[in-house]
Amino acid sequence: MPETRKAVLTLEDGSVFVGRSFGYEKPCAGEVVFNTAMTGYPESLTDPSYEGQILVTTYPILGNYGVPADTDAPEGRVKDNFESERIHCEAIVCQDYSWNPSHWQSERSLSDWLKEEKIPGIYGVDTRRLTKLLREKGSMLGKITFEGGEDIEFHDPNKENLIDKVSTKEVIEYGDGDKTVVLVDCGTKLNIIRCLLKRGVKVVLVPWDYDFNKLEWDGLFISNGPGSPEFADATVEHIREAMKTGKPICGICMGNQLLSRAAGAKIYKLKYGHRSHNQPVLKVGTDKCFITSQNHGFAVDTSTLDSDWEPLFINMNDDTNEGIRHKTKPFFSAQFHPEASSGPKDTEFIFDDFVALLRK
Amino acid sequence: MANNIKKALLLGSGALKIGEAGEFDYSGSQALKAMKEEGIATILINPNIATVQTSEGFADKIYFLPVTPYFVRKVIEKERPDGILLAFGGQTALNCGVELYRDGTLEELGVKVLGTPVQAIIDTEDRELFVKKLDEIDVKTIKSEAVTSVEGAVYAADQLGYPVIVRAAYALGGLGSGFCDTREELVKLVEKALSFSPQVLIEKSLKGWKEVEYEVVRDSHDNCITVCNMENFDPLGIHTGESIVVAPSQTLSNEDYHMLRKLAIKIVRHIGIVGECNVQYAYDPASMDYRVIEVNARLSRSSALASKATGYPLAFVAAKLGLGYGLHELKNSVTKSTSAFFEPALDYIVCKIPRWDLAKFHGVHREIGSSMKSVGEVMAIGRTFEEVIQKGLRMIGQGMHGFVENKALRVDDLDKALKEPTDKRIFAIAQALRNGYTVERIHELTKIDRWFLNKLNNIEQTSRELEKYDSLKALPLELLQQAKCQGFSDFQVARALYGDRMAAESEKLTDEVRRYRKEAGIKPVVKQIDTLAGEFPALTNYLYLTYNGETDDVDYLGDHRSVVVLGSGAYRIGSSVEFDWCGVNALITVGKEGYRPVMINYNPETVSTDYDMCERLYFDELTFERVMDILELEAPHGVILSTGGQIPNNLAMRLAANDVNILGTQASDIDNAEDRNKFSSLCDRIGVDQPRWREVTSLEAIDQFVAEVGFPVLVRPSYVLSGAAMNVCSNEEELARFLKLAANVSKQHPVVVSEFIQEAKEIEMDAVAQNGEIKLYAISEHIEFAGVHSGDATIQFPAQKLYTETIRRIKKISGRIAEALHISGPFNIQFLAKNNDIKVIECNLRASRSFPFVSKVSKQNFIDAATKVMLGIPVEKPSKSAFDLDYVGIKASQFSFSRLQGADPVLGVDMSSTGEVGCLGEDTSEAILKAMLSVGYRIPSTSKKILISSGTARQKVEMLEPARKLHKKGYTICATGGTADFLNKNGVPAIRVFFPSEEGNPQILEMLHGKEIDLVINIPKDLTARELSNGYKVRRAAIDLNVPLITNARLAAAFIEAFCELSLDDIKIKDWSKY
Repeated sequence: MPETRKAVLTLEDGSVFVGRSFGYEKPCAGEVVFNTAMTGYPESLTDPSYEGQILVTTYPILGNYGVPADTDAPEGRVKDNFESERIHCEAIVCQDYSWNPSHWQSERSLSDWLKEEKIPGIYGVDTRRLTKLLREKGSMLGKITFEGGEDIEFHDPNKENLIDKVSTKEVIEYGDGDKTVVLVDCGTKLNIIRCLLKRGVKVVLVPWDYDFNKLEWDGLFISNGPGSPEFADATVEHIREAMKTGKPICGICMGNQLLSRAAGAKIYKLKYGHRSHNQPVLKVGTDKCFITSQNHGFAVDTSTLDSDWEPLFINMNDDTNEGIRHKTKPFFSAQFHPEASSGPKDTEFIFDDFVALLRK
Repeated sequence: MANNIKKALLLGSGALKIGEAGEFDYSGSQALKAMKEEGIATILINPNIATVQTSEGFADKIYFLPVTPYFVRKVIEKERPDGILLAFGGQTALNCGVELYRDGTLEELGVKVLGTPVQAIIDTEDRELFVKKLDEIDVKTIKSEAVTSVEGAVYAADQLGYPVIVRAAYALGGLGSGFCDTREELVKLVEKALSFSPQVLIEKSLKGWKEVEYEVVRDSHDNCITVCNMENFDPLGIHTGESIVVAPSQTLSNEDYHMLRKLAIKIVRHIGIVGECNVQYAYDPASMDYRVIEVNARLSRSSALASKATGYPLAFVAAKLGLGYGLHELKNSVTKSTSAFFEPALDYIVCKIPRWDLAKFHGVHREIGSSMKSVGEVMAIGRTFEEVIQKGLRMIGQGMHGFVENKALRVDDLDKALKEPTDKRIFAIAQALRNGYTVERIHELTKIDRWFLNKLNNIEQTSRELEKYDSLKALPLELLQQAKCQGFSDFQVARALYGDRMAAESEKLTDEVRRYRKEAGIKPVVKQIDTLAGEFPALTNYLYLTYNGETDDVDYLGDHRSVVVLGSGAYRIGSSVEFDWCGVNALITVGKEGYRPVMINYNPETVSTDYDMCERLYFDELTFERVMDILELEAPHGVILSTGGQIPNNLAMRLAANDVNILGTQASDIDNAEDRNKFSSLCDRIGVDQPRWREVTSLEAIDQFVAEVGFPVLVRPSYVLSGAAMNVCSNEEELARFLKLAANVSKQHPVVVSEFIQEAKEIEMDAVAQNGEIKLYAISEHIEFAGVHSGDATIQFPAQKLYTETIRRIKKISGRIAEALHISGPFNIQFLAKNNDIKVIECNLRASRSFPFVSKVSKQNFIDAATKVMLGIPVEKPSKSAFDLDYVGIKASQFSFSRLQGADPVLGVDMSSTGEVGCLGEDTSEAILKAMLSVGYRIPSTSKKILISSGTARQKVEMLEPARKLHKKGYTICATGGTADFLNKNGVPAIRVFFPSEEGNPQILEMLHGKEIDLVINIPKDLTARELSNGYKVRRAAIDLNVPLITNARLAAAFIEAFCELSLDDIKIKDWSKY
């Protein structure tokens, strides 16, 4: 094991966690959140929804299978192995780091990748203590500093429009299917694009505040994204406009929240959010349950939905909303991630349902 | 709820055997709890009397009967249950259930199978159907050719190309399975496999692939979850029961993990499982290619492990699903608030390590492979792989201190030891790293994933770092902390620092490390297993200790109102489910008496490690170091050492020296019983006789002793080179050979030699005393003469054939010993009796293996009484009539020789049975017949022959009457030379047959292969090598060809008498409460 530098994670309540560095060594600050997934760090790190956050993994051992190659897939910018172009979180924190990864697809270690992308990583932290603290006090701001290095101020990413920060700046077209889907990029994971393309549709990726109503499309899809949905008023306006067409609309995660806002609902911040691969979800009015992958800090207050909307899924652990649907029109959404990556793929049927509506 | 069940029958798994052990006591107990919660009346059939599930309060009615279609049908006819549970008693219960389904019994008697439908079970068990079923959904299986003959097997293997793997269908734990590199090996294996199973499968071998399993749960609404996945440290080719296993998987990427998970769910849905199921994969280490190895449509060893690894009660949930519940209707029993429909997130890693006992068997092959040989397992929990592997290697209890800092391994060919795995391979890896092998080289030889090897190398590197220092003062604290985070014990640190000095003062130096690190603030912390990685608050009491953390998850009250019960660790030969029963009963009484019961144990196959059995469960080591760590935190009222077998008992002196309040008999008295010299002088003082013995340090001294007492003698070396630890030597030559080959006699390694009394009865006294006065006792008698280990012997209680005088004297002697040792708690004394001459051979101041047996037969809970004594509560003596039973209990031993390739199935002074049953009867014959049928014997068919080959003249005489009975009953007897002569001369016709070493026909082996013989009685004259080799081939062939074998004249006589006197129909179908 190489010589490592001491690193300190400080929370806004004054709690201190001392660990050692295995990534890039520059101070950083953000909102500290934990994820209970046991696999999928390359996917999580590149998930734009983690923008501005310091990610704590509760599974204690990290880096086991290294990092796959950064290859371009045939569809141009939809890369095979990652969820976006770069690492989005501010830093990653774990208990134990595997210096010698082992996997046939591994091209470099997590440590090397973090250094390339200039992202700090620290290990040797009691992540269970940290998780319990975040659970009890709610998500907190935190910062990471290095022994002998400079200090940094706390920084609250939720005060900025993170969606704007991660969204595409231009309109990009993918595939050439029979139906056209506009995908509003609030910070989309590439697997949403892959899942749509796999079903033979053409995807037009547009910036979060782009007025897609002027385009020709068969279905509208609103992606996941980081931070607070309150910053995306423009998107909500465009969705309201789109609803008038009666054409199919689907949203995921942030997409669920924005569709809900368009349907009149209020959004609130969860104490510490849902970030894991094991969230149980019940389809309302049925006995059908699904294990889902989730990553969100805000939730929809379904009591505030307009009367022609209803909950579609609810979380079986804490009864929070997991999706809504319009009572008569082909509009629906999921708070969880049917595109998985990382996590269980049990709800990929959401894409089937959506594409079937297009072809109806 | 869909079905309206009022009364349900649960099938247990019978005696513990290799491949079917304590895990089914755990799953059965959970299922019974689940039924009880629903108000369903439960009936249990299980002859395993030492289990927790066969205790009061679990099932409403218990039948100590064999789990075979005949007896199960009888019980169904009598009880008329509406439902039957087949998934909780291992392969034994499953096979029995499938047979009852096939022959129409279940339908005829209106019994509904709860949970997975039988057709789905058949689809997974019959290899051909299984492959077809998975082909339907394009899931890849290991293509195999099902054959029913040796010729068919050879043809199939030629088509597939060697190496191939042979698997027997419908067999537990891979019995009769194995790899074959050549046609010759194939023929040999297939012949054996066909004797167990009508069908054998030949497959292409995928050696070197990863082995990964998923535990899947599905409800009748088609909701599906995978509770846990696990990855084998050892690549494919080693049975998962023989493999070191980690959970969750460590080397799978997210894509790998979820591709296999999705596939598992698809499979389980397609097959139609309702309840729990296990899917095993072979997974290519260099692509995403996979094969499904097998699907177990029942609770399994893996599911028990997964339950303990995650805190998700699989068996409990599976039982509820069998009643028609949906997963979403059940609660997570850890959080009590969240749903049972979820997948546990682990924030720790667990490591399972098998426990082998191969040294106990003569001639057994040490290689491990596709069929199971291990007798138990341990599970270690921690937050780094280094920590769990080191913890686990200490837990298996084979004298190892972890991965490093052990006695150097003696191997001639390290490459071979790495390439051809044996029970010692992990230590061969340690040795290789020490010798400078690179991770790459070890990977080449073992095919073990580099990730694991690199982690092991981290431990080796830390060990080398530590060795650079020779005192604690010089040792950097950061390095010490790092070592502790990697699972180094205080002993390992001390050994790395002090090397040779440890030989003389290991305890003192280890204590120094402990003191020093505690002063430096290097202490473990207590963490909870909460199923959700801290995401939700959980009131869980399921705990482990780790150095990879800063704060404890639980608060300590410091009110001294808890009582810590130490468990029994890994199941092994000589210590298994009986001590789990003792531990669980101690916990129950502690709780009832107003204390908080706390358990420390690390065996995932047990009920005592079920977190709802106590207030706090520490799933952790039973080493002095860890027990002290826990006691310092817990500050209990006291500790119970006497219900967990020898492991906790051995801690007595060190704990006492550290001012731990040991409840019951004090450490110094325990020492007086354990220390041979001290015990001897105590016996002399109170006038109790012992067989003569001497501790000697030279060969001359042995000869001198033998000259005084004569042969045979029992020799017990203190240091064993190879083979079994004890041996009986009958003559000069034998003694010389044993001492030369097996033992080292020197000042450092003394040998204990004792007089061996032949044809003596062995009697056991199990008792509970309070302040030196016996309160409760049970006297049982061995069917076999002394010389068969008490753990292998057939025991009857109450004793039926002892003189009143003998019994009176045994009571008196026991009373004197109890008084002299100030016993307060459970104890056991073993006696030899010959012509009213009574000698004490052993005395243990703890619960013995037979406590559950005598407790259940006498219906007086000895552990409950003992625990009360230890808590200082006065215990009354029961009335005299309580000792007067009008029925008999027989405890018979289960052997697993069929799994131990090459082992000689002969019984001796060292124990070799893996389990036991206990059955009740109106008389000895009925009880013995039930018991023998329960451990796999069958009443021989009169159309087949019985082989008798008896040893000495006396044994021949003993076999005469039984042989006459067989003849009268219409059996054809065949016998070897001397025996045939003797029988014929005495008017019992016997056909002369020939040993393989003899010229002449008919040859025994041919008759066995031709299935002409249905019972083999082969009694060696003595246990000398020459005598043993003579009958070895016959005994081994009997085992390999599944023909019942008895090697003891007294047991053979008792069994023959039983089945000549009684037929199956004469056996009464009576539940426990009716006795």
